[in-house]
Amino acid sequence: MRTWFPYPLLSIALLVMWLLLNQSLAPGSILVGLFLGMVLGWVTLKLHPARSRLHRVSRAAGFALQVIADIIRSNIAVATIILRARRVPANAGFLTVGLDLEDENALALLACIMTATPGTAWLEYDRRQKILLFHVLDMQNEELWRGTVKRYEAALKEIFQ
Amino acid sequence: MSHLTDLPAWAALGVCGLLLLGAATTLIGSLGLLRLTDFYERLHAPTIATSGGTILICLASMLCFAVLQSRWIFHEVLIILFVTVTTPVTLMLLGQAALYRDRFEERQGVPRKPKPERENSP
Repeated sequence: MRTWFPYPLLSIALLVMWLLLNQSLAPGSILVGLFLGMVLGWVTLKLHPARSRLHRVSRAAGFALQVIADIIRSNIAVATIILRARRVPANAGFLTVGLDLEDENALALLACIMTATPGTAWLEYDRRQKILLFHVLDMQNEELWRGTVKRYEAALKEIFQ
Repeated sequence: MSHLTDLPAWAALGVCGLLLLGAATTLIGSLGLLRLTDFYERLHAPTIATSGGTILICLASMLCFAVLQSRWIFHEVLIILFVTVTTPVTLMLLGQAALYRDRFEERQGVPRKPKPERENSP
């Protein structure tokens, strides 16, 4: 089974996604979905993704809610900045913060969250010195941004390590 | 589309509100591309359109078709999922490309590359 489906969870997710996209349970769709899951599983195997263990999945729900609240808040904040950009130029700048995350998947998730949030953009992570360089649109309070990143880091650490 | 007349008033109002809000958010995001001056600042503008606008418009669509019960609403969930997962990757690539170019041209105001430690460098 492992040779056909090296990543069973991924293959199941792909099958479910395929069935949802087609909105049918016809044998043909299931067959194509299984084939898709198999081929993409092999492709993923070639990419050698890092496996990580989830320790406290229960913490993930609270973290997701927190992130959604932050995204809504920063959506409003960035919208006001853009609407006032004619009169008040945006006070943007680069910031660095030290990170202590080892897990690659946790880093990837943090990068996605930070870039998906308007107002912060992930630019570069130095693996050796563990320093993250990111760009913020509103430099009013540097410590606040650093604190936010640190908060995310702590939550991810709790979930992944 | 002719079934839209079956939509009760409360749902129609909700769908309208969500659609207008989503469209306005997307418009603000696009306006940001025009008004912000720096490339790095412009990186922030499209995320409003994707994180706010797309989700609001998809929610409107979900509400509409959930009330009409004409089809399943999983498509919108998948759209939200894929847009939120894929946009950051593009933006990160663009940001890194800009950073690389600016460092190469030695532009002012762009942070230097951190010095690599001697013993670890290949």
